[in-house]
Amino acid sequence: MREFRYHRAAATADAVALLAADPEARPLGGGTNLVDLMKTGAERPALLVDLRDLPLDRIETTADGGLRVGATVTNSDLAAHPEVRRRYPMLTQAVLAGASGQLRNMATVGGNLLQRTRCGYFTAGATEAAPCNKRAPGSGCAAVAGEHRNHAVLGASAHCVAVHPSDMAVALAALDAVVTYETADGPGELPLTAFYRPVGDTPHQETALPPGALVTGVVLPPAPPGASRYRKVRDRASYAFAIGSLAAALDVRDGVVREARLAFGAVASHPWRARRAEQALTGGPADAAAFAAAADAELAAARPLPHNGYKLPLLRDLVVDVLTALTEEAAA
Amino acid sequence: MTEATSSVITLHINGTPHTLTVDHRTTLLDALRERLALTGTKKGCDQGQCGACTVLLDGRRAVACLQLAVAAEGRAITTIEGVADGDRLHPVQQAFLELDGYQCGYCTPGQICSALAVLDEHAAGWPSAATADVRPEAGPPALTDAEIRERMSGNLCRCGAYPTIVRAVARAAGAESEVVA
Ligand SMILES: Cc1cc2nc3c(=O)[nH]c(=O)nc-3n(C[C@H](O)[C@H](O)[C@H](O)COP(=O)(O)OP(=O)(O)OC[C@H]3O[C@@H](n4cnc5c(N)ncnc54)[C@H](O)[C@@H]3O)c2cc1C
Ligand code: SF4
Ligand code: FES
Ligand code: FES
Repeated sequence: MREFRYHRAAATADAVALLAADPEARPLGGGTNLVDLMKTGAERPALLVDLRDLPLDRIETTADGGLRVGATVTNSDLAAHPEVRRRYPMLTQAVLAGASGQLRNMATVGGNLLQRTRCGYFTAGATEAAPCNKRAPGSGCAAVAGEHRNHAVLGASAHCVAVHPSDMAVALAALDAVVTYETADGPGELPLTAFYRPVGDTPHQETALPPGALVTGVVLPPAPPGASRYRKVRDRASYAFAIGSLAAALDVRDGVVREARLAFGAVASHPWRARRAEQALTGGPADAAAFAAAADAELAAARPLPHNGYKLPLLRDLVVDVLTALTEEAAA
Repeated sequence: MTEATSSVITLHINGTPHTLTVDHRTTLLDALRERLALTGTKKGCDQGQCGACTVLLDGRRAVACLQLAVAAEGRAITTIEGVADGDRLHPVQQAFLELDGYQCGYCTPGQICSALAVLDEHAAGWPSAATADVRPEAGPPALTDAEIRERMSGNLCRCGAYPTIVRAVARAAGAESEVVA
C-alpha cells in the first residue's frame, strides 16, 4: 500500500479545501471500500480526509415532506430510521440487502454511492496483469473476453462492461433522489439518475461530480404513491452482491396502473432506471402479461455477453414477481 | 497540514488507553494483533468478507481489517478480551460454550462480538433483510432462526458450526425455540 497522510476534517469547508488543494486526496467515509482497494493498489491516495467529525450525520424532514440524509449517515442508521422505514420501505430493504451488519455500521451514504465496481480485474489492483480501463485507462478490458458472469447487460461499451454494485443506489434511483455536493466554488446538486456518467470511452470517470467535490448528502422527494419493494437476487441467501435486483413502486387503482417506478441493479455501470418499462405500464392493466411486456420493452436494448445472458430471464421474472406482489398488496 | 505518514495515537481498548505510533496504513486489526498483543481478534480474509476480525466500536460491531487504526482514535473499542467480566463469562460466551457454537474456534471471537451486537440491534428494534415488514408500525421482528441467520451472515465459519451458533445466539437472546435441531 502506498504511504499516505491523514487528516480528520473539523468542518465541511476544511474537507473541501483539502480536497481542492490535492488531486490525490480522497474522502474517507467508513473505509470499507477504499481501504480494501488501497490494500490491492487499485486505489492509491496520497491523503485521506476523514469525514467522521463532520456534521453530515443527520436525517431531517424537508419542507415538502421529503427527507434529507447526510453523507456520513451510516448505512445502518439509514436503514433503521423510523421515517425511512415508514415512508421509503424499499430504501430500508435495499440497504439491509447489502453487505453485513458489521459493514453497514461502518459504511456511509456518500461512500456507498461512490464505491467502485467489484469486477475482479479492477479490484485485484497492482497484482493483476490483465488490462482494465478503469484501473489503467487505455489498457483495454479483460472482462469482455474473460470472466463476466456478473457484468453488464445494459448501457455498457466495449471499453468497460462492469456493473455498479450498490443496492442502496438502486432504490435511490427509483425514488428520484438528488445528490448534493460541495466544492471550493460552492455547492451543487445532481439527480441520482444523472449522477453516474455513461461508460463511453472513459470508464474511469464514473460520476458527473466536479473534481474535488465532497458529497454532502441525498435529498429524497416525497415517496411515490402505492406500495414499494426492493428485491435482490444473489448466488446465496445472504451476504453476497446482487446478480440482478429491482426497486419498484406501483400505484394501482381499479386494476389500472396509475404510476410505476422501476430501477434495476447489477445490470449496468449505474443503477438502471427502467423508464421504457414505466411508460409501457402506465395506464395499462396490472396483470402478469402487461408486466412481462413492460420488462421486455426495457430489455429490448440489452446486449448480453457470452456468459451473462441468464440475467435477461432473471430480470423479466423479477419484474413480473415483484409487480404482481405489489398489486396484491394494493388490493389487500 | 503535516507531511507525516504516521501518527502518535491513543486507542481506548476494553477501557484501557494505549498510546502508540502507527504508520497510517496500519489497520486496527494489525494494531491489535501485532502491536498490542491482543490476538483474540482473528484475521481470516483481511478483506471485510469473513467477520473473524469483528470488534465493537462505540458499542457497534465493525470489521477491524477495514478500519484504519488512526481513524479509530477517540472511539471505545471492545475486543473479545473485554467481553467477560473477570472470570465470569458473558451470557453469549456461556451459550457458545454450552451449545458447542464452534469446532476449531477460529471464527468464534468474531462470532461472539457479532452476536453481542445482534442482541443490541434487535433490542433497538432494527429490522433485517429477513424481516417481512420493515415499517415501524409492524413492530419489532421476533428473533426467529431465520432472523438470527440473516443477522449473523457477516460471520463465516469454515467448520460449518452454523446450527449450534444459531442455537447459542437464540439461547443468549432468551429466544431459544423448543425444537432443537
Ligand atoms: C464483503 C463486502 C460485501 C459487500 N456487499 C455489498 C452488497 O451486497 N451490496 C452493496 O450495496 N454493497 C456491498 N458492499 C459495499 C459497501 O456497501 C461499500 O463498501 C460501502 O457502502 C462504502 O461506504 P464507505 O463509507 O465505507 O466508503 P469508503 O470506503 O470510505 O469510500 C468509498 C469511496 O467513496 C469516496 N467517498 C466516501 N465518502 C464520500 C463523500 N462524502 N464525498 C465524496 N466521496 C466520498 C471515497 O473517497 C472512496 O472513493 C460490500 C462490501 C464488502 C467489503
Ligand atoms: S469491465 Fe471495466 S472494470 Fe472490469 S476489466 Fe473491463 S474495464 Fe476493467
Ligand atoms: S479478517 Fe476482517 S472480515 Fe475477514
Ligand atoms: S469454528 Fe472453525 S471456523 Fe468456525
